[in-house]
Amino acid sequence: MAGTGKAHLRHEGEKVLEVNDLVMNYKAGRKTVVSAVAGVSFDVLRGETLAIVGESGCGKSTLGKAVLQLPRPTSGSVRLGGDELTSLDDSALRAVRPRMQMIFQDPISSLDPRLQVKNIVDEPLKVWGRGDDAEREKKVNELLTAVGLDPAVVRDRRPWEFSGGQCQRISIARSIALDPELLICDEPVSALDVSIQAQILNLLQDMKDRFGLTMIFISHDLSVVKQVSTRVLVMYLGKVCEVAPPDALYANPAHHYAKALIGSVPVPDPRRGRAKATIEGEPPSPMNPPSGCRFRTRCPAATDQCAQQEPELREVAAGHFVACHHPNPR
Amino acid sequence: MSDNILVVDDLHVSFSSSRGNIQAVRGVSVSIRRGESIGVVGESGSGKTVLSRGIMGLLTQNATRTGSVEFAGHDLSSLTRDELRTHWGTGMAMIFQDPMTSLNPVRRIGSQIMEGLTVRLGMSKEQAKSRAVELLERVRIPDPYAALRKYPGQLSGGMRQRVMIAIAVACTPELLFADEPTTALDVTVQAQVLELLDELRAESNMSMVLVTHDLGVVAGHTDRILVMYAGQVVEAAPTGELFANMKMPYTEALLKSIPRMDLPSGQKIPVIAGRLPDPTQPEPGCAFAPRCQYATDKCRTEQPPLVDMGNGHQYRCFFPIGGGR
Repeated sequence: MAGTGKAHLRHEGEKVLEVNDLVMNYKAGRKTVVSAVAGVSFDVLRGETLAIVGESGCGKSTLGKAVLQLPRPTSGSVRLGGDELTSLDDSALRAVRPRMQMIFQDPISSLDPRLQVKNIVDEPLKVWGRGDDAEREKKVNELLTAVGLDPAVVRDRRPWEFSGGQCQRISIARSIALDPELLICDEPVSALDVSIQAQILNLLQDMKDRFGLTMIFISHDLSVVKQVSTRVLVMYLGKVCEVAPPDALYANPAHHYAKALIGSVPVPDPRRGRAKATIEGEPPSPMNPPSGCRFRTRCPAATDQCAQQEPELREVAAGHFVACHHPNPR
Repeated sequence: MSDNILVVDDLHVSFSSSRGNIQAVRGVSVSIRRGESIGVVGESGSGKTVLSRGIMGLLTQNATRTGSVEFAGHDLSSLTRDELRTHWGTGMAMIFQDPMTSLNPVRRIGSQIMEGLTVRLGMSKEQAKSRAVELLERVRIPDPYAALRKYPGQLSGGMRQRVMIAIAVACTPELLFADEPTTALDVTVQAQVLELLDELRAESNMSMVLVTHDLGVVAGHTDRILVMYAGQVVEAAPTGELFANMKMPYTEALLKSIPRMDLPSGQKIPVIAGRLPDPTQPEPGCAFAPRCQYATDKCRTEQPPLVDMGNGHQYRCFFPIGGGR
């Protein structure tokens, strides 16, 4: 898997983001390099929610951060609207930052424990000089109301007085304060309890409809991804395996890794039988990735070709792309 | 003598704290047959972890436990901690949730597995070592001889959880508690670990209590399910029966609030409004009443009794879904 190629990039529609050949390498020790993201391309159209899924260590969070230039990627291009972020200098990049925001996994540690809620949500507005004190106060109240919190009750409190779900609501209010074009959510619900998870997912969906947000939703949870996304990108060891609309992907996973991943998710219905462990072991180290297709060492369909030649993304059905020499038949 | 390995009657566990007396488990009765796998599900704070720790006797100093626990014919409730210890490992064992913190980081994997074997089963070091290698092979750790010499920090999360399992099953316990054994793991590894637990259970007719918040996990790997809410079992039934014929509004709400892969994308998820009640001040009526869409005044003032439907299905509700029995 794990291929390169750009067949899945689109030519129509208003692109909020286009990423080309993004590479993110980290140094690990003197000579070794961890290739966390190895040549990933994708685009996001206005109003779309692109989900990036994969298991721990596949590079999905690194990819999300590299889009935000946190830190700047090793190579490749990231275009937000008309701006090439990788070639902007620091001050120009800073000027672009309000247009893209991030929501993090751990809602409690991503809020400053010393600040009152009103100041947390007001901070981006203040930093960017959006209105005078009265206007900003009004905006903060609107934002808190929008995320389902009562401003009168929560304004003067501090993060530790809230549960994880409420903290995530505060994070969301803060992240949409500047009306960003792109919101990157990195595992926004994985630290939350099941019943709270549904509340936050619904809230994100509401916010998206209401404020016309474009989102990248990074998650390891395939069930969550299916609910929220309009397009899914499956990653393995720093490479893209498959790109497809959610219903098509879950019904007909073309990549053997995507199929194993989907087959491993337990479904709460005993009549459907238990989830099967279809692949053995764990992913190899990104310090020494396999040649050719990076999934070949665990792939049930691997051949010599897979070791020698890296598969490129190609279209197997309308809007459904896979990087595999021997994809699952439809 | 029945074929029950464990009989728990009216177990209460409470903790004294600065906020008052936290009633974590409030009158749970359950029996587990030999070879049976029981799922305990509920939200964080429902008391599911305290229940299994309370049964094993792994409670902190500020805990008070009442009720009876009978394990393999022995009454555990009156034993001192030292007497209780004799049942740990060989009788009951536990896999803890977090494989990162529940292994000793400064001791080699081998010595942690061998500890139970030498102390509990009186094996010699050589015997224990060869058994440890067998165990590591059993949980599919590649190159077990090398793994014996490693420290937990040198292994991935999935590998550490396998080591935890190897330690827990080392002395072939009759009853294994698995507290969220796969929550920290990726789905493909989760599937492998759950299959492994099923195999181990089948081999030695071991009973298992699988504690999890994930209804998907219990659906595929248990014979019977207990649904816990605010320290009580609010519904209990054989797994197939529970999913086909759930009676308790809480169980239904919990199931509906899970994003599901087998449903079309883009749908709104029904949520359970509100949150768990304050554990220091139990509700006078049904604990779930404040969040229940069907609740009436009766639910808010009177405790619903546990109704037994006769087919192993019990629920605690005045107005069960689909009517009573």
